[in-house]
Amino acid sequence: MADAPNTSAPVLATRGLTRRFGGLIAVNDVSIALRQGELHAVIGPNGAGKTTLVNLLSGEIRPTAGRVELMGRDVTGEPAWRLTRLGIGRSFQRINIFAPLTVLENVRLSTQAVTVPASGLLRSASRAGDVIERAERALDRVGLAAAAGRLAGALSHGEQRQLEIAMVLASAPKVLLLDEPLAGAGPEESQRMTLLLKDLAREHALLLIEHDMDFVFAVADRMTVMAEGAILAEGKPEAIRANRAVQQAYLGAASPSSSREEDRGRGERGGGQ
Amino acid sequence: MLPRGSGGIVALGLGAALLAVLPLFVSSYYVELGTYALISAMLALSLQLLVGCTGLVSLGHAAFYGLAAYTVYLVTPANVGRSILLTLPLAMLVAALAALLVGALSLRTRGFFFLMVTLAFGQMLFFLFHDTKLGGGTDGAYLARPLLAIADWQLPLTRRQRPYAVYYVALALLTLMYVGLALLLRSLFGRVLEGIRVNEHRMQALGFNTYRYKLAAFVIAGLLAGVAGHMWAMHRGFVNPELLGWHRSAEALLMILLGGLTTLHGPIIGALAYTALGEVAQSITERKLLVEGLVVLAVVIALPKGLSGIGQLRIFRRTAATAPTAKAGPAEARADG
Repeated sequence: MADAPNTSAPVLATRGLTRRFGGLIAVNDVSIALRQGELHAVIGPNGAGKTTLVNLLSGEIRPTAGRVELMGRDVTGEPAWRLTRLGIGRSFQRINIFAPLTVLENVRLSTQAVTVPASGLLRSASRAGDVIERAERALDRVGLAAAAGRLAGALSHGEQRQLEIAMVLASAPKVLLLDEPLAGAGPEESQRMTLLLKDLAREHALLLIEHDMDFVFAVADRMTVMAEGAILAEGKPEAIRANRAVQQAYLGAASPSSSREEDRGRGERGGGQ
Repeated sequence: MLPRGSGGIVALGLGAALLAVLPLFVSSYYVELGTYALISAMLALSLQLLVGCTGLVSLGHAAFYGLAAYTVYLVTPANVGRSILLTLPLAMLVAALAALLVGALSLRTRGFFFLMVTLAFGQMLFFLFHDTKLGGGTDGAYLARPLLAIADWQLPLTRRQRPYAVYYVALALLTLMYVGLALLLRSLFGRVLEGIRVNEHRMQALGFNTYRYKLAAFVIAGLLAGVAGHMWAMHRGFVNPELLGWHRSAEALLMILLGGLTTLHGPIIGALAYTALGEVAQSITERKLLVEGLVVLAVVIALPKGLSGIGQLRIFRRTAATAPTAKAGPAEARADG
């Protein structure tokens, strides 16, 4: 009885969200709701449309049909930059950072994007203490404070994942969309990230795409299973584990991570459109 | 983009001082050539804001330069020079407005298409003056040179003195432009341009409306090209459609390439070297463009960071680490281009 349904109004919700690429329906009539304080995991076999869903929610691509609502406000079809300013933060499946810039500058840009009005743009960047402080706090949060002065491209893969999260946090979003934040991370980094995600889920509405099933079942409050672009099942982790359709479509299949590369390619194609 | 540490600033100061005393040691022919080099440096520097700083390669930049020169012509009555205080702001305004229009449309495209669209707009403006009687048609037109005047007071210059005065005005404007751009690059705005150059897609995801930032950079670059174009009219007292043409735009790109894409002073070094190279090539051969092309090619291959990266050449590092070697000689000669 500890898991009484979370009935607060959703922070981010979709209704009938659909995206076609030519004849392919990448996301088909998807309605989900992300609530404050809830870690919502989206799982599904490769090619299920998970990354396309994130791309739709973050404004990278426009939906063919359906609605996206952010705190009750219709934001369907808004460009990515505006959605970020409205409080949707995302990380990328493929590491997407400013490699030739310092770690601090990567995060500082994120803070600047949402805090500095046009009238303040002529201030000297090295003297914009408020912006730098916020960026440093975000770095501290993910455990990268000591690397602030290094070039982002020189970080290890796991550290770059942490940097991605810091860049998301630096914009103080209400919704976090994290697309495989653990991909390629070592066991130690995974452990640190697990703690961080649990922590973040308390303060945000958090959508997580992840292939590592043990991890997902350990951290998720709620799960959506996608297959071929549509929702196959939705509910609490226990219910999903017991769901026969899910077992057949996904959990019973061979190791879900075996063909991750395929899914990655698909996600990219989605993002490029 | 900007020089680091006191060494770089000292080197820049020395370079500026050298340019400042140059007219004392050379004939008036070279003073005029120097003025032309400084004007080219302004044009290349203004383009660097797009190319090196923001990652936008435009092939239509000379259009704003030429438009500014024609503006001076169009507001100057026959044989009566107007005050620079009137012609300069007007030329900048016209160039900036044209850049706003061209930028607003061309920045909707990216990469190769952006290059082609800016080329098309540049050529449209070229033909506006080439094919109409607006500014004397294909032959261009002479105009009275703007006066170095403040209100009713005018600098009392003889014919002999004027080239020197124009040289120093050009040098002062170039210096101002460099300092202004250096400050701009240090600002929060400058950091956004850097981010756009590195990864525009990520900047959008971070919440930057990159289109607006690129448009702002495009307008500033156009406005500064207007300063250069105004100086041309002031220097030569003559305008022709070639000022707006793609050849001039490509020259400005070559100067950037020659001097260095990654620094703000690169285009200035590039413009001075390119002008000197043209002069030398013309004096020794009839195939000036061939020689120019070969030299630019050689520099770009040997020095990926252009002439401003010459200090990072291996031979220089080795000479710094060990005893001076004879090899430093030819490389230095190349730097003088």
